[in-house]
Amino acid sequence: MNLYAIQAIYRYEMARTRRTLLQSIVAPVISTSLYFIVFGAAIGARMTAIDGVTYGAFIVPGLVMLSLLTQSISNASFGIYFPRFVGTIYEILSAPVSGVEVVIGYVGAAASKSILLGLIILATATLFVPLRIEHPLFMVLFLVLTAATFSLFGFVIGIWADNFEKLQVVPLIIVTPLTFLGGSFYSIDMLPHPWREVALFNPVVYLVSGFRWSFYGKGDVAVGVSLSMTLVFLALCLAAVIAIFRTGYRLKK
Amino acid sequence: MLLSASPPKAVVTAEPIVCVANLSKTYASGFKALDAVNLEIRRGEIFALLGPNGAGKTTLISIICGIVNASEGAITADGHDIKRDYRAARAKIGLVPQELTTDTFETVWNTLRLSRGLFGKPADPAYLEQVLRDVALWDRRDARIMTLSGGMKRRVMIAKALSHEPIILFLDEPTAGVDVELRRDMWRMVRRLRESGVTIILTTHYIEEAEELADRIGVINNGKLVLVEEKDVLMRKLGKKQLTLTLQAPIERLPESLAAYAFELSPDRRELIYTYDTVDGSHGIRPLLHALDAAGLAYKDVETKRSSLEEIFVDIVRERS
Repeated sequence: MNLYAIQAIYRYEMARTRRTLLQSIVAPVISTSLYFIVFGAAIGARMTAIDGVTYGAFIVPGLVMLSLLTQSISNASFGIYFPRFVGTIYEILSAPVSGVEVVIGYVGAAASKSILLGLIILATATLFVPLRIEHPLFMVLFLVLTAATFSLFGFVIGIWADNFEKLQVVPLIIVTPLTFLGGSFYSIDMLPHPWREVALFNPVVYLVSGFRWSFYGKGDVAVGVSLSMTLVFLALCLAAVIAIFRTGYRLKK
Repeated sequence: MLLSASPPKAVVTAEPIVCVANLSKTYASGFKALDAVNLEIRRGEIFALLGPNGAGKTTLISIICGIVNASEGAITADGHDIKRDYRAARAKIGLVPQELTTDTFETVWNTLRLSRGLFGKPADPAYLEQVLRDVALWDRRDARIMTLSGGMKRRVMIAKALSHEPIILFLDEPTAGVDVELRRDMWRMVRRLRESGVTIILTTHYIEEAEELADRIGVINNGKLVLVEEKDVLMRKLGKKQLTLTLQAPIERLPESLAAYAFELSPDRRELIYTYDTVDGSHGIRPLLHALDAAGLAYKDVETKRSSLEEIFVDIVRERS
């Protein structure tokens, strides 16, 4: 294991965060605050409590997930796409590093950033709504697993994309709709008949549900199901990344 | 003059440090970039790979460095197979690619630290400082790369390649688009590196560069390694020069006294053309000019021309086919 390489990539990527502090931390915090003001305070005040949780508090896990997903994907996809785009990838390809080490470095850094961001958003949320976390260990577990899974997914996108448009297209037209339809702002029990069943095909439902369970002890699906599904997504993304390095897909000619 | 540029041969041993066997590469497009290349690089030498654009120079280097997958063949670097034992092999190799690909937003110092770490070496600020001083960039260590000039960026690339103390250094077109002064600096740096024991493989399409630096020269064309030769031998074979004298007045035929020299008279009878060898000094220019004076031939212009690399390629390729 080339630990120095992992450390070098990780530190380099984290340094990039410091350089782009505004767009990587401040922007998501502002947008989340806006959600709290609009949905939590303005609209939420007229909503009835869901499962005994006020609407403002109810949307907190979903909002954290929303940021976690989009930021994991954009951090990781940009992190690996940029060296490919400018050509500095040559150095990683010619270095004595394995695919696993490259992934740990890049995906680890992207996941760290989004976990950090998730925690910052949680802290921001406490300014607006009273928060309680019934299962803090599960909360952290879901946070870490989701960040890792979607950073891996972002890494795959960053390898697959061969222009900036493709880099944006998956987060924009797939992930954002799935997140909005994944029960971030409502319980899927509120959906009418066929849509509730359709929603179960949406992977984000399981993430949001499990995450919300760790806060309030209630979710749309059983926590075991949530956890298993999260692990399945993680395994799928891992398999995709392994395939990429096995074949040199889009990395080596 | 050419010979004096050759470095001492003592450091070069016969044991190959890079061994390329039967290497072929066909790209997905069907283009065959390399065709059964066999090449051995000797420890401690400077090897120049010459060839026109698209000949396969960069592909060859890229495969050895692990950036491009080979279609066929095997390579070892310092005894390590580049596929099976890629960690050991790559740790020995530094690469300066042709394109100036740098992380423009980063500082010089940070990219160097990244490079060293990637190649599995613990941080060593003292060593990196030395590298930066050697390439005259120590003052600019905290500068973002985008603020540097082209020549400085190229030196950053070299510093990156040296950051993990490689014993084999690949320089892909190190002086393409580089001004004369910087080219001289680069040559000095290459020689200094070689003195410190680094084996250097450089590609170029400037024959002067190969002539100035290399111990041995390989010529690659259309994916085939056409020849590998000691530079001195090759220069003797290829280093033909032509001296053209423009006469004051046309002459009918060459005077008898000049018969000893293989002059050609141009069709318009106004020019005398003399082809000679740059390395083999037996045909000095001075006696020749004296002989012209003695024969009473006045000339108004003298021009010498070296056969261009392109002509040399044409010659070699014609010779081999």
